[in-house]
Amino acid sequence: MTTWLLRRLVQAVFVMLAMTVIVFVGVNVIGDPVEILISPDADQAERLRVIAAFGLDKPLWEQYLHFLGGVVQGDLGKSFVFNEPALRLIGGRFPATMELAFTAVALSVIVGIPLGLYAGLKPDGLLGRAIMAGSILGFSLPTFWVGLMLIMVFAVQLGWLPSTGRGTTAEFLGIQWSFLTRDGLAHMVMPATNLALGNIALVLRLTRAGVRENLGLEYVKFARAKGLSPSRVLFVHVMKNIMIPVVTVIGLEFGSVVAFAVVTESVFAWPGMGKLIIDSINVLDRPVIVAYLMMIVVLFVTINLLVDLMYTVLDPRVRLDGRE
Amino acid sequence: MLRVSKALAVAVLLSAGAAHAQTVTMAMSSAPTSVDPHYHTFNPNETLDLHIFDRLVERDTQSNPIPGLATSWKLLDDTTWEVKLRQDVKFHDGSPFTAADVVYNFDRIPKVVNSPGSFAIYTKTVIAMEVPDPYTIRMKTAAIYPILPVDMSNIFIIPKGLGPNPATEDFNSGKNAIGTGAYRLVSYKNGDRAELERNDAWWGPKPHWQHISIRMIANDGARTAALLAGDVQFIEFVPTADAARLKSDKRVALAEIASQRIIYLWLDHSRTGTPVFITGPNGETLEKNPLNDVRVREALSIAINRPAIVDRVMEGAAYPAGQFVAKGSWGYDPSHDAPVYDVAKAKALLAQAGFPNGFRITLHGPNDRYVNDGKIIQAIGQMWTRIGVQTSVDAITWPNYVGRTNKQEFAAYLLGWGFTEASNPLRSLIYTFSPAKGWGAVNRGRYSNPTFDALVDKAMTTGDDAAREKVVIAATKVAMDDVAVIPLHVQKNIWAMKAGLTYAARADEDTRVMDLRPQ
Amino acid sequence: MREETPFRRFVSEFAASKVAVIGFVVVVIVALLALLAPLLAPQNPYDLAQLDIMDGRLAPGAKSLTGMVFWLGTDDQGRDMLSGIMYGLRISLSVGVGSAVIAGVVGSSLGLLAAYVGGWVETAIMRLVDLQLSFPAILVALMILAFLGKGVGNVMLALVIVEWARYARTARGAALVERRREYIEAAECLALPQWRVLFRHLLPNCMPPLIVIGTIQVARAITLEATLSFLGLGVPITEPSLGLLIANGYQYMLSGKYWISFYPGIALLVTIVAINLMGDQLRDVLNPRLQR
Repeated sequence: MTTWLLRRLVQAVFVMLAMTVIVFVGVNVIGDPVEILISPDADQAERLRVIAAFGLDKPLWEQYLHFLGGVVQGDLGKSFVFNEPALRLIGGRFPATMELAFTAVALSVIVGIPLGLYAGLKPDGLLGRAIMAGSILGFSLPTFWVGLMLIMVFAVQLGWLPSTGRGTTAEFLGIQWSFLTRDGLAHMVMPATNLALGNIALVLRLTRAGVRENLGLEYVKFARAKGLSPSRVLFVHVMKNIMIPVVTVIGLEFGSVVAFAVVTESVFAWPGMGKLIIDSINVLDRPVIVAYLMMIVVLFVTINLLVDLMYTVLDPRVRLDGRE
Repeated sequence: MLRVSKALAVAVLLSAGAAHAQTVTMAMSSAPTSVDPHYHTFNPNETLDLHIFDRLVERDTQSNPIPGLATSWKLLDDTTWEVKLRQDVKFHDGSPFTAADVVYNFDRIPKVVNSPGSFAIYTKTVIAMEVPDPYTIRMKTAAIYPILPVDMSNIFIIPKGLGPNPATEDFNSGKNAIGTGAYRLVSYKNGDRAELERNDAWWGPKPHWQHISIRMIANDGARTAALLAGDVQFIEFVPTADAARLKSDKRVALAEIASQRIIYLWLDHSRTGTPVFITGPNGETLEKNPLNDVRVREALSIAINRPAIVDRVMEGAAYPAGQFVAKGSWGYDPSHDAPVYDVAKAKALLAQAGFPNGFRITLHGPNDRYVNDGKIIQAIGQMWTRIGVQTSVDAITWPNYVGRTNKQEFAAYLLGWGFTEASNPLRSLIYTFSPAKGWGAVNRGRYSNPTFDALVDKAMTTGDDAAREKVVIAATKVAMDDVAVIPLHVQKNIWAMKAGLTYAARADEDTRVMDLRPQ
Repeated sequence: MREETPFRRFVSEFAASKVAVIGFVVVVIVALLALLAPLLAPQNPYDLAQLDIMDGRLAPGAKSLTGMVFWLGTDDQGRDMLSGIMYGLRISLSVGVGSAVIAGVVGSSLGLLAAYVGGWVETAIMRLVDLQLSFPAILVALMILAFLGKGVGNVMLALVIVEWARYARTARGAALVERRREYIEAAECLALPQWRVLFRHLLPNCMPPLIVIGTIQVARAITLEATLSFLGLGVPITEPSLGLLIANGYQYMLSGKYWISFYPGIALLVTIVAINLMGDQLRDVLNPRLQR
C-alpha cells in the first residue's frame, strides 16, 4: 500500500513536470500579451519597456528555468495584468468556485441517485421512462443556453431569484462563503443547478444502468433466495456494486465541474477562478494561465489517487499493488 | 405595546427606505485591473478611479477640457504652460492638495513597477516643472505641445504622503486608495465588486448617492438581465440587441450619445508587390497589390452600404462615418460625410483600375472586441462580393488577432479606435510609422503620405485652437481623399438605468455615477 | 422459418422498443437531411453572395426581397434559418459522431491493452490518461483551438484529444473487474491467442459501460462544440454549426427574436435525444449479461 502510494506520488511529480513544459510552451505560442495590455497610444520605447518588465525579452528556456526556480520557492509568478502573485489571485477566487462545484456535485448525487434507483427498478413504468427522458434533456442542453433561460425565467420574468453575482457572504474559517447567508444561497441556486444539470443526468444514468445490470446477476438471485428483504438486497448489496462506477465518475467529473464552471461563472457573473481563467486567456495573462492549470493538475492527480483508493475499499477484487 | 412595535416597524421601514434611496448599484462591463490610478491605461480602471481620484483637467460630456483640480491653464510662451490649482481641496486622509502633490505624481508615474500600459505617455512631454507658489505650477515642454491639457485629463492625482513609489497592491487593499474624489473606497474585490462611500468634503457639486456599489458583469445578456431583475439600477455598454427592446420597456430609461470610437477597415499599404490574402478572380497569384491603387480603395469603400450596417447589424446604435470624428465635433471635415453607397460606380472604378472581373480577398476581423465586430465583416463580405470582389471572411479572437495586425499579415481587416481629441487618430494611425518620433505607432497598414505628415506636423505646432482645427481638417481631407483607411461608423455609447433616473451620457466611455440622478 | 443469425436476433431485440425505433428513424432522417443539405436546402447559407443583410432577422414565414420564403426566419446576416439548420446539422453531426468514434476506438483499445497486458504498458498508458485528464476537457479544447485556430477539423481533433482518455479509463476499469472473472481465466487456460481473449471475450463484456459513455460522448461532443463556439473558438462564423447558430441567436433572446436561437436549439435537442434513445436500446440489447 505504502509503496504503491509512494510510486504514485513520484509519478505525479513527473506528470506535473511534464505538464509545466507543455503548458509553458503552449501559452508562449499563442498571441502576444504585450499587444493586448499596452496602451493603444504607446510608442516603440514603451513597448520595449513592457516586454522587458514581463521578462519576455529573454529566450523561452531561460523564462522556463526562471519559472521553475520560482515554483520551488512556491512562487508561480506575478500576473501581467494585476501585478499580484498569480497564486494569490487564484486563491482569492478559489472558495467561490469550490463552493459552487461542491454544491453542484452534491446536487447531482442527491438528485441523481434516487432518481436512478427508481428508474432502474421500474424501467418500464411511466415515471421511470419520464426520468430517463428528462436525463437526456439534462445533458443535451448547452450550459450557457440553460443558464440564460434560467435567468430569463426565474430572475427577469418571475423575479424569484437574483440574476447574477454572489450576493452577501459571511466569514467562516477566515474565508468568505455564500452558503452561510440567505442572500448568498439565493444567488447560488441557479448557477449550482445549471452546473449540476449534466452530472445529475450522468449519475442518474449510471445508477440506473448499474441497478438493471446487477439485478440480473446471480448474487442478487441468491440473496433473494436466502430470504433477504428486497430493500436490504437493494441498498446493501446492489448499491455497493453500483457505487464503483458512480464514485469513479463523480470523482473524475469533479475536475470537469470545476472547469465547466468557466461557462456558468461567465453567464452568472460568479466571481470564481473559472471566470478569472477565461479573462486571463483573453488577455494572455500567462502567469495566471500557467498557475491555474498547475492547480487543476494538482487537483486532478489528487482526485485520481482518491478514486483509486476508493476502488479498493468498495471492490476488494481490485488490487492496487502487485499481481498474482 | 402593539402600537409601539408598529411605530417602530414603520420607522425601521422608513429609514431602510431612505438608506435604500441613497444607495445605487451599478454594473460595469469589464473588470478593472487595479485601483492604482497610475498602473494601467485601461478604460475600466478609469471608470472606477474617477470616483475616488480627481484629475487636473476633467472632460465635459463632449470631451472638451474643463477645470478639475486645476482651475485654469494657459500658455506663457510656446513651451511653458501655467496651471492654477484649486485651493482648499483635501485628500481623503485630510492632507491638503498643493502643487507639490502634482510634482510627486509626475515623478511617480514613470516609476510604477510592471505597468502593462504606462501613463508616462501622458507625462513624458513635460521635461521640467516649476512651483512659484503652492497653487501655481509651470510645466515646460521640449517643443510646442498644444494638447497638454488633454494629456492632463488622463492623470489622476494621489497624495505625496504615500511616500516614494507606493505599491500597486496597497491600492487594491484600500490602504493607498486615497484621492480627493467624490467617493472613498470602502472595499474592492478584484473581478467582483467595489463599494464606495460619499466624500462629503468633495469640492464638486454634492452627488446624490451616499453609497455606490459597483458590480462587474462582463456578459452582455447577464448585465441587461440584472437590470431588468432589479439587482442593479444602472448599467454601461448596453448591448445593441437589447437596446431596442429596453427602449420600449417602461421600467427602464436609456441615455445615449455619439462616442469617440470609430470602427474602420485597414487596407494593406505595406506591399507593392504580391499581396497577401488577395488573388485574382480565379485564384491566380497577382503581381501587384491592388490596394495600392486609390481607385480600388475607393471602390471598396463605396461598395459598403453603411446605413444598412448601422440599421441592420448595429440596430441603430451607430452613425455612418466618412472620417474619424463624429459630425458636429471639433475637427470635423464637412467634405467627408459618410461615402454614398454606389455599386455601379464601384464596379466602374474597379474596371478602370484594371480589375473588370474583380479579385478575391479575405477580410479579417476580431469576433470579441468591438460591438458586433464579427457580424460587420460578414455584412461587408456580402457587399464586396456584390461588386465582384469575392470575399471570404475570417473572424479571429482578439488575442490571436491583434498581434498579427501589427505584423501586416492581413490584406483588409477591421479595427476600432477610441480617442478624446481629434488630432490623435491622425497622429497615431495615419502618420507615417516613425518609431523614433513615437508617431504612427499603430499605423498597422503602414500608410505613408508626406503631404499628410506635413499637415499633422503643422497642426501639432499650432497653439491656437481655431487655427489648429483648420489644419486638422485639411489633414483629414488629404487622408480621406486618398482612402488611407475605410471608416465605417462611429459607435453610440448607451447607458441604461431604472426608470425615474437620468444620466448625462458622455462621448468618452467613462461612467460617472455622480452624473446619475433622480429625475 | 429462416435461420436465426446473431444480427437478426439483434434487430428483433432492438425493434422491441418502439421508442428506440422512433429514435432510429429520426436519426436516419436527420442524417439524410444533413447529407443531402446541398440538394434540399433553399439556400446555400455559406455563400455570402446569396445573403443580404437587408433580409436580416426576419420572422418565420417572411418573404425576402427576391420573394423567397423564410419558413423559420433569418438570422442577423439574412441567412435562411432552415438552410442554416440543415447545413449546421452536417457540421454538428460530423463533429460529434466523428470525434466520439475516433476517440472511442483509440481510447478503448488502449484501455483494454492496459488492463490486459499490465506492467509498464499499463503504467505508461494510464499515466498518459492521468496527464490527459489532469486538464479539464473544455480547457484543453480551448488551448488546442487557441493554438491551431478555428475550423471543423481542428475542433474534431481537439474533441478526440479531450475524450479518448475517458474511454481508456472506463475500459480499463471494466476490464480489471472482468479479467478476474472465470470466463477469462477459462479462456486463458485454453491457451487461446491473446488478441482473441482481448477482443472476443474481454471487449464484448466491457461494452456496456463503453456504450453508455459513447452515447453520452456524442452528445457531449456536440455540446462542447457549441460551448466552444459560444466562447468564440469553435467553427468559423461563416460556416455555423447548430451550436454556433444557438450562440449567435442567444443575444437576440432578450429582445424577443426567439427563432434565431430557438429552432437550431430544437434541431440540436431532437438530434441528441434521438441518438440517445437509440443508444439506450443498443445498450440493453448488446449487454451480454442481461441476455441471460
